[in-house]
Amino acid sequence: MSPQARKRSCLAPKNEPTLTTHMFESLTEKLGSALRNLRGVGKLTEENMADALKEVRTALLAADVHFKVARDFVERVQVACVGQEVLKSVTPGQQVVKIINDELVRLLGEGQTALSPARPLKILMVGLHGSGKTTSTAKLGKLLKKRGYKPFVVACDIYRPAAIDQLEILAKQEELGFYADRQSQDVTAIGAAALAAADAAGTDCMIFDTAGRLQIDADLIEEVKKLRARIQPDEVLLVADGALGQEAVNVAKAFHDALQLTGLILTKLDGDARGGAALSIKSITGVPIKFVGTGEKTGDFDTFYPDRLASRILGMGDVVSLVERAQENIDQKEAERMAEKMRKADFNLEDFLAQMQQIKKMGSMQSIVGMMPGMSGVQLPDDSEKQMARTEAIIYSMTLKERRKPDLLNGSRRQRIANGAGVKIVEVNQLLKQFQQMQKMMKMLKGGGAKKMMRQMEAMKGKGGFPGF
Amino acid sequence: MFGLFKKFKDGFAKTFSAIGEKTRGLFGGRTIDAASLGELEEALYTADFGVATTEEILREIKVAHQKDATLAGQQAAAIGAAVLQRVLAGSERVIKPAPQAPTVIVLLGVNGSGKTTTTAKLAWKLKQEGKTVVVAACDTFRAAAVEQLKTWAQRLDLEIVASHTGADSAAVAFDALQAAKSRGRDYLIVDTAGRLHNKSNLMEELAKIKRVLAKVDPAAPHESWLVVDGSLGSNSIEQAKAFHKTFGLTGLVITKLDGTSRGGAIVGIWRELKLPIYFVGLGEQKEDLQPYSVENYARAVFGLEK
Repeated sequence: MSPQARKRSCLAPKNEPTLTTHMFESLTEKLGSALRNLRGVGKLTEENMADALKEVRTALLAADVHFKVARDFVERVQVACVGQEVLKSVTPGQQVVKIINDELVRLLGEGQTALSPARPLKILMVGLHGSGKTTSTAKLGKLLKKRGYKPFVVACDIYRPAAIDQLEILAKQEELGFYADRQSQDVTAIGAAALAAADAAGTDCMIFDTAGRLQIDADLIEEVKKLRARIQPDEVLLVADGALGQEAVNVAKAFHDALQLTGLILTKLDGDARGGAALSIKSITGVPIKFVGTGEKTGDFDTFYPDRLASRILGMGDVVSLVERAQENIDQKEAERMAEKMRKADFNLEDFLAQMQQIKKMGSMQSIVGMMPGMSGVQLPDDSEKQMARTEAIIYSMTLKERRKPDLLNGSRRQRIANGAGVKIVEVNQLLKQFQQMQKMMKMLKGGGAKKMMRQMEAMKGKGGFPGF
Repeated sequence: MFGLFKKFKDGFAKTFSAIGEKTRGLFGGRTIDAASLGELEEALYTADFGVATTEEILREIKVAHQKDATLAGQQAAAIGAAVLQRVLAGSERVIKPAPQAPTVIVLLGVNGSGKTTTTAKLAWKLKQEGKTVVVAACDTFRAAAVEQLKTWAQRLDLEIVASHTGADSAAVAFDALQAAKSRGRDYLIVDTAGRLHNKSNLMEELAKIKRVLAKVDPAAPHESWLVVDGSLGSNSIEQAKAFHKTFGLTGLVITKLDGTSRGGAIVGIWRELKLPIYFVGLGEQKEDLQPYSVENYARAVFGLEK
């Protein structure tokens, strides 16, 4: 496969949910069981919460939150919980999860997450090796260009072979201004010359990409300190890998002490790391998280939403975003009409098509699945979107009459449809067979045979289920 | 043997002093008490050892402490190192040449783990040992990754087979293996593009590289190593699992251990997958790739002298 063919829209699965996913699901469950005896107890106390808080701590540690940060966080949650009335409407587990979630969101979201309004805006990118500085430089450039700036990127990584070429290629691709001096070994001088060049080019935004360095490498830290002093950036952003372990704290602290960071960019969040390092960094340094990197393409870059990361750390999926998206995109009336049809088991291929389109409006299947609780690490089969498109094509190749009355579809009609959709007749047969099964299930549902239906569904799972679902 | 430990320890020196800072008082002559056990717990967790190993080490130290209330920090450290050595027993491995040259080594990993740098360092190391090596620039995706390896090849005078960014990585691997074979080289090291382990389409691309190599030599690749960033946390276990499943790993290289991280996640990987560790990366220079040794690692982590 050529690299250009590296698509990221349709991802993968096969993987059964990863270990982390199981961990995700179990936090709420574990809390639930640790707090089960609290039902009807009246108040949350230190004693009746002890087990649950232990679970919280373990979950945070498993999500790579720093040991001390996890301990402090649990103490805070305890303070927030103790004395609270146990609500009747929710389980104590849900109630505690809510308190934890709120506390996490508050902690993660504190501080100024917007970029400095200064013009020209000067941004210095720093971080460890391989955290994604060069890629993030290009991504940030692209984002700022979209916001109306004329960004100019500066290559200050004189150590890693071809780092300058990498930035130059990305800058060209995104049509950003670019400055480099391949002869110079003096980073401060490069920075100074870039300031002049950018000024001459009439730019209003500069992003300085620097070499990866260890926070304990005194010489290299000194180098970037000098660069900082010379260029006087408005933003100093630490680029950190979302999968960092316990060391995240020391790394961020040292960079912050040396360079007075103004923000954090969390990268590789399209992976399945829980991102606990972000909480550690935020808690210890107070530096706000400003952006997240979510993929290999330059467009895969987002502003930071504390609620999303909180859910990820706790493993609750991005329920809020999912609900929002569903509200934005699904026509309420249409949904009700569909539910009614399903109830009456009067569901034809036309309805099926309409439903597929509703789902498609919400975004890629993968992005929807990623927001579901306990599914954030799950990848859909590569071809699930393709499958959906094929199913669509097959239905589109039918006449309206056929869609409403699939029973009409005899052999020659099926062959015509297969020709029209550019698929083999087997695929048409398969779709119709699965559709029949679905109809049967609805009839069972109508007849109240829920148990029978569950069995049916289990059986279908083995056969690969409905295309695209 | 002592020389090797010294080299390892020097590379590990910063790591060493960082954990030492926290544990010096603890692991010194002072007697262990409840407070120092708490500190110990913290030190173990912050080394990314994970819950299971941390608890195992703590348990043994506590048992020893119950038997002997005058247990000193130094002794506790020795117990900790012993437990770690036991947990990691069997995890060190040295590279074995294939019966029929070239021995093909494929380096895999997530973005930014250090595959290209490791490719260069490994090639140089083998060359120092008198072996002939070809490197294959199969990261045809990341901008300038090919140039990065070419620059290394020029610097270290390595034979390289490369195409251009955007080329088919499996085709490059195929050409490289044919070239290495026909020129009678001892080793072929294949650098691949970084990819997150949860993207199956990109993982499939790796499977293709593997298939294509096997076409030239059914026994190839002889080694498939995951390059793991030592500063990452528990996610490296997920990475190892996913790569192992798609590609069938034969071992690991742990990079960036010259920082303050102690790379404890390798313990988790070893516990789960029993994948041996061949080398550790201790810096950016050509000579900064060192053989891994359980004993050296365990003792360095606990701040013990040889």
